[in-house]
Amino acid sequence: MSLFGFLKKETFRPAPAGQGLDRGILVFENTSEVIRAENLLKAWGWDIKVMGPPPEIRTGCDLVIEFPLIQELKIMSILVKDDIRPLKVVPVSSPLLKPVSIFQIKDFGRHLMVRAANMKLTIDKETLIIVNVSGGGCPDIPYLAQEMIGKSLRDAPSPREIGHTLCGYALQLAYEEIKSRC
Amino acid sequence: MLAVIGTVPIEDFPLVSGEATMEDDRIIIQGSPVSINRGTPALLAAAIKTCQTLGYPLPFGYLVGDTGLGNGSSRLYEYLSNNLQQLGFNTIAFHYLQPDVDWHNRVLFAVEDMKDRPILIADAGFMYVAKMSGEASRYNLFTPDVGELAFLADEEAPHPFYTRGFILHEETRAPELISRAYRHNNAPQYLLVKGEKDYVADSQGIHETVDAPVEKAMEAIGGTGDTLTGIVAALIEGGIGTREAAVIAARANRLSGHYAKPTPATQVIDIVKHIPRALGDIL
Repeated sequence: MSLFGFLKKETFRPAPAGQGLDRGILVFENTSEVIRAENLLKAWGWDIKVMGPPPEIRTGCDLVIEFPLIQELKIMSILVKDDIRPLKVVPVSSPLLKPVSIFQIKDFGRHLMVRAANMKLTIDKETLIIVNVSGGGCPDIPYLAQEMIGKSLRDAPSPREIGHTLCGYALQLAYEEIKSRC
Repeated sequence: MLAVIGTVPIEDFPLVSGEATMEDDRIIIQGSPVSINRGTPALLAAAIKTCQTLGYPLPFGYLVGDTGLGNGSSRLYEYLSNNLQQLGFNTIAFHYLQPDVDWHNRVLFAVEDMKDRPILIADAGFMYVAKMSGEASRYNLFTPDVGELAFLADEEAPHPFYTRGFILHEETRAPELISRAYRHNNAPQYLLVKGEKDYVADSQGIHETVDAPVEKAMEAIGGTGDTLTGIVAALIEGGIGTREAAVIAARANRLSGHYAKPTPATQVIDIVKHIPRALGDIL
């Protein structure tokens, strides 16, 4: 077992997020930082959730990470070791906005389109080549489209890797859904 | 003159402003070329084609590079908030910018300080932030798809990503969603909703439904909403009333798609090429 695996299984005992009122949120400078933190914490086995911020700290294209507040020190330690520094940690007691979880599927015969929120991803079912990205309004979407279209689902970068915004995050959900179906 | 404001997906693309022209598959502003694939370049391409076809002056573009980090958007927001007051545009189409409520409000203040208030159109990120800021009713036209319409209809959602599940993003619900968006003051003077059927609506309800020709593949093609916004923006600049312009644009965009014989793998530039023919048929 690797050191990483050992630490993940033995040293830390992640508690589930979203239970009770003892929750906190980690606020970051931008969505890219949120995605980095999410990837890291999930890799360590923490049951954290990406959510929408409460209105009082909302600025625009925002995501926050909800976590069990009592685990703040351990979680901060993991983040800081990887040079990820939240702008602030805020306790919450009211429900946070949940990301969209409804997918809509359209089968065009040879092509399959999945929509998550405002984002649509279409592939060629025979070749698994991504043929189109549609919808969205944040500036990383034209960039993601440029990087993903023409590549196969296996070879294309995932929106999580190179996206930065909520639209990019929605495209990630469509990407995961389409991968689960093909 | 029509101003089109947005971003291109090249991080180090400088902030450029000037008359937008089109050469082959590229937009040129201030000597800087950018590919027409989707997003603001696709909007500009459709606006240029419409202006050329109808003999209108070419649109004036403001573009900056941004791949989602928001740095380019911030530069453009700052430039606009410092300079719009001195400019004399009749119509402004705001497009792909990183949503930021504070910057949006500063730009809107600058618009309010213009000598003659322009007709304001918003789509994409700028439409999101206009709704997010609670200032949607200050705009003349939004061009959402059905997913974005559900976001406008959800008075709690700050972004389409958070649209609540019970507000179903279904085409058949569009009339109900339009009504809800107006009820909560989250819609502009007119909505042009794009989808299997296109709707032109205001606070009184749906005035026009455009549903032919039908090309189901259009929904999958990135940039077809951007071309619709570009066509309607150019028509409004040409003096056609917003409501009538929205109907003509919906027809022209659908017809351009029809002439392209699209599949879900078609790219938007292949549709842009047919805009002159479509407008010629309709007008």
